[in-house]
Amino acid sequence: MPRNLVLTEALVSELVAHARRDHPDEACGVIAGPDYGSPKRFIPMVNAARSPTFYEFDSADLLRLYREMDDRDEVPAVIYHSHTATEAYPSRTDISYASEPDAHYVLVSTRETGNDEGPFELRSFHIVDGVVTEDTVEVVE
Amino acid sequence: MSVEVRVPTILRTYTGGEKIVTAEGASLQELIDNLDANYAGIGERLVDESGLRRFVNVYLNDEDVRFLDGLDTELSDGDSVTILPAVAGG
Repeated sequence: MPRNLVLTEALVSELVAHARRDHPDEACGVIAGPDYGSPKRFIPMVNAARSPTFYEFDSADLLRLYREMDDRDEVPAVIYHSHTATEAYPSRTDISYASEPDAHYVLVSTRETGNDEGPFELRSFHIVDGVVTEDTVEVVE
Repeated sequence: MSVEVRVPTILRTYTGGEKIVTAEGASLQELIDNLDANYAGIGERLVDESGLRRFVNVYLNDEDVRFLDGLDTELSDGDSVTILPAVAGG
């Protein structure tokens, strides 16, 4: 049963802008919310790997992020990252390290336009025990 | 040593849904052994034959144990240990 992810245009444009800014390295971050169906607060993270083929939240930043979400009764509704040379589909490493079964793993690909404006590919998935299920994505005002 | 352990969502299947559990140990290794004795299977999600798993972060209070003494990190009464899986991928 595919789930539906509802994102505002503002959140999508922040996310895409972050991916373009960091291209050719992968960009990553979280959109926190009061529940997994309500992504609200855009939190760009530093890619500690600074790599075009890998991303990892810095470990101190990760602890701060989870404490802050705990204090605010938030969950990581969206965990996003970019692919800079391949399609917006979870890689084998994405699948093996995915550890938030309720989160929407959002991927955006910057392979067509790099740092520039233009069309982009944005898709969302649930990754549970190595099984990938694509979500539908609805962008609202 | 009695230490509070914060368990991430993905490992709460081992703790019966509990987010915070208490465990005993003078070092992180002992704490993990104690956790595994009470919540069978959780230990191997944290360590493998070479030590702490690469994509599991364990913090003593505010510090990543990799910057302390890893599994040999000493614990004191009242310490808090937080387990967080790395957010990473390719």
